[in-house]
Amino acid sequence: MQELIRQKAIELLENGTVDRVLGWKAGEFFYDLTPAVFRTREEIERDFVYSVFSGANFSKYLVQESRREGKIAAFLKPCDTYSFNQLLKEHRIWRDRVHVVGIACDGMCDIDKIRAAGARGITAVERDGDTLKIETLYGPMTMPKADAEAERCISCKSRKLVVYDEKIGEDGDVIADSPRFDMVAKLEAMTPDERFAFWRGELSKCIRCNACRDVCPACTCEKCVFDNPKSGIAQKAAANSFEENMYHIIRAFHVASRCTDCGECTRVCPQNIPLHLLNRKFIKDINALYGDYQAGADLETRPALLDFQKDDCEPSVVYERGGEQA
Amino acid sequence: MLKIGVFVCWCGTNIAATVDVEAVAEALSHEPGVVFSTNYQYMCSQAGQDMIVEAIHKYDLGGVVICSCSPRMHEATFRKTVQRAGLNPYMLEIANIREQCSWIHKDKAEGTEKAIILGKAAIAKVHLNAPLHAGTSPVTKRALVIGGGIAGIQTALDIADAGFPVDIVEKKPTIGGKMTQIDKTFPTLDCAACILTPKMVEAAQNENIRIFSYSEVEAVKGFVGSFHVTIRRKARYVKEDVCTGCGLCTEKCPQKKIPNEFNLGLDNRRAIYIPFAQAVPKVATIDAEHCMMLKSGKCGVCAKVCTAGAIDYKQKDQLIEEEYGAIVVATGFNPIKLDHYDEFAYSQSPDVVTSLEFERLMNAAGPTGGTLLRPSDGTHPHTLVFVQCVGSRETRDCGKPYCSKICCMYTAKHAMLCREKYPDTEVYVFYIDVRTPGKNFDEFYRRAVEEYGVHYIKGMVGKVVPENGKLKVQASDLLTNEQLHIDADMVVLAAAIEPDESARPLATMLTASMDTNDFFTEAHPKLRPVESPTAGIFLSGTCQGPKDIPETVAQAGAAASKVIGLLVKDQLTCNPCVAEADELMCNGCSSCEKVCPYGAITYVDKEFRGPNRTTLLRRIAQVNPAVCQGCGACTVACPSGAMDLKGFSTSQIMAEVDAICK
Repeated sequence: MQELIRQKAIELLENGTVDRVLGWKAGEFFYDLTPAVFRTREEIERDFVYSVFSGANFSKYLVQESRREGKIAAFLKPCDTYSFNQLLKEHRIWRDRVHVVGIACDGMCDIDKIRAAGARGITAVERDGDTLKIETLYGPMTMPKADAEAERCISCKSRKLVVYDEKIGEDGDVIADSPRFDMVAKLEAMTPDERFAFWRGELSKCIRCNACRDVCPACTCEKCVFDNPKSGIAQKAAANSFEENMYHIIRAFHVASRCTDCGECTRVCPQNIPLHLLNRKFIKDINALYGDYQAGADLETRPALLDFQKDDCEPSVVYERGGEQA
Repeated sequence: MLKIGVFVCWCGTNIAATVDVEAVAEALSHEPGVVFSTNYQYMCSQAGQDMIVEAIHKYDLGGVVICSCSPRMHEATFRKTVQRAGLNPYMLEIANIREQCSWIHKDKAEGTEKAIILGKAAIAKVHLNAPLHAGTSPVTKRALVIGGGIAGIQTALDIADAGFPVDIVEKKPTIGGKMTQIDKTFPTLDCAACILTPKMVEAAQNENIRIFSYSEVEAVKGFVGSFHVTIRRKARYVKEDVCTGCGLCTEKCPQKKIPNEFNLGLDNRRAIYIPFAQAVPKVATIDAEHCMMLKSGKCGVCAKVCTAGAIDYKQKDQLIEEEYGAIVVATGFNPIKLDHYDEFAYSQSPDVVTSLEFERLMNAAGPTGGTLLRPSDGTHPHTLVFVQCVGSRETRDCGKPYCSKICCMYTAKHAMLCREKYPDTEVYVFYIDVRTPGKNFDEFYRRAVEEYGVHYIKGMVGKVVPENGKLKVQASDLLTNEQLHIDADMVVLAAAIEPDESARPLATMLTASMDTNDFFTEAHPKLRPVESPTAGIFLSGTCQGPKDIPETVAQAGAAASKVIGLLVKDQLTCNPCVAEADELMCNGCSSCEKVCPYGAITYVDKEFRGPNRTTLLRRIAQVNPAVCQGCGACTVACPSGAMDLKGFSTSQIMAEVDAICK
């Protein structure tokens, strides 16, 4: 796959379709892939990496990149295409300056899961079909790829590329029976005290690095409230109980009905807080109260929270639901 | 800091009885910026207003807070007052310490505390007020009347007479409404058709009136002065301009067994029909549900017999878009369904009828040609029992809590007509109260009792049981405290009336408010009875509450005069409290545009200076202040916090909340 993608990148650069390519390159560690802009064949041959760790979603980068002169090629996985579409819907990306290469994907891996399986001193991970071949300082080992998949890939909502100019590989379909709301349902079944304790435990880990905000494709305000010194909540470190109590809740409200459930927030969280659960709770509620809605699935459907239908549930229905659970 | 004056009104004892106004004025005088604080008996009086003007001059006030009644009552008054003193009218804030405080509290200490808090919130807000200036918007000089009953017709005629074009939208194939089904009218007993049909014809012939019959309002956008309305003209499968109304098709159509709505199902009509002889427009309509040609493509008799060639089976619904300056709601009423009143055997015996059905049975154009006959066997009834308040003044869920107002009078009319035409009948009327307030109404009722010998019995009917062709009526006479058993031939139920079912969705479209019974609410129950609280929406007839014909016609004229008063203006002063996007924060995501009910928001690509002498092209929202109505939907939809509402900015509201929570 890496070879196909590299070749495509070089081809697009050399035939003049684009003058830049957005791809992945190795960061501090081989498994720590970061987005990078490539301009030449040499750069691509030297640095371009596509592996089971190419999880980073490029859509948000295209907000700025599409505003530059010329045209950029971006490699988008199915989940990334939902974010891309959502940003198109919000007029944030200039579509004619982006060449989208959709790439089929069957799940990315989480280095922590490989470590959890007992690998120490990992120096390389290579995929061979359904198996991961792992090189370590203490000799090679293998494990099934499925066991190393990131949570968001295990509960993948769709393997379908919803937007692309061309694609590499054959994409799949929307996964109707995705287990992505299972954990939300478990949380809903808890008593309020249990649930409070759960979130207290998770959110108190927050160091307020703002990574979740920075990576989130739904967070593209010109001026973020969390950066506005006048807001009184613009601190760049966990300074008080704000992070524990409000920060993530405000964010979840803010992206409600625009979040595509790409899972980037949880991927980048250095404290491993399952932030996606907050967003999924909103998605689950929106689906239940206003009918199924998948942000980014298309450009036309009106977002449930920006739409009013005569048969929308009354606010009292929401209270009643809360009443049952509380 | 802004110099603020605080004026606490007693409103006689309305406020002063439950709020210690002096303590409020005292407490608020210590708030930041307050340089003058006083209280007075009637702030809205000439003396009170002069006091405000004087204080503005004397203390050089920049902002004014008045603690008084609801801003809906006197905000406009006080805005004019501060303007008279040279202040911008929007540097005024009203703290509502009457409706939201003194009227709902009984404990004076509690009421006083709350009044102080409300005053503090208003002071906190006025500190952030900015002078605002109102623009103007044009008025489309055309009115829309929704509903073509007597209310709608009268309103349309009056508006048209003043020289303004009016469109009537009527969902039935003909205008005329319920009055067309009525036989005689109280208290004069003249024939309903004789007085109504000339008006229908007049409406049809008036150059300023267009009638969209068999049509419904599909969507309403815009605001007072420029409503944009989509009207659905339902396919009637007959070319309205070609059909001569000869009625040949309605005689030849082979579908004969369709219940005739006009006669409330007491007889049948064809699949192609003209509701009644004086229908306006007098054209046939095909009932698509029953027409064989439309259902299966087999028949086409009407097209064959139509000499004018008016039949068009391929006709489609047509959508018309039109601009209006004002909209009048005249959607009328229906008798309630009597499914839940099994005790009266309505669904068991055809001889138990509603009063409206009884009108048809007495009407010369009705199913019996005007001879009163029992629907079950066509015989002449000798004993008739009228039951009043069926579903009116009802505490059970299936009924209505209100008095339907017209039933006492029409029941007296029915009883009287019955006795007059058929002196051999015995007529009983069971009532809870007889309510006859109206010119010549009580005299009318007394004539029924005294001259015509109708038996009025105070009490309710407990049960009606059909037995051997008779209706066994069990009732109690409350005055003699006796149980009565009457073997009746017919029972007539005065069913409560309720607003038409189209009223609620229409209210949603118009953002007009309704009460719990789905009657439209008026802007003020006494002083603005024909206006909806939503500007540019007017109310005519029973959509606002139960009414008889004279009242309906009077209200229809009143609504028309209000509409005319609006349409003669060339420009309306806009509300300057409109939304505005901060272009440095806006990211052009279109959320605000999606929620804007008025279509006031558009987007432009604008160049901004970027770092290092570069320019950035950014999409940003722009609000058209002449179209924006200041509803604030966009300010909460905006994910970036770029949208703000002038006069009700987020910072102003937060300042109020902070002041309340302190």
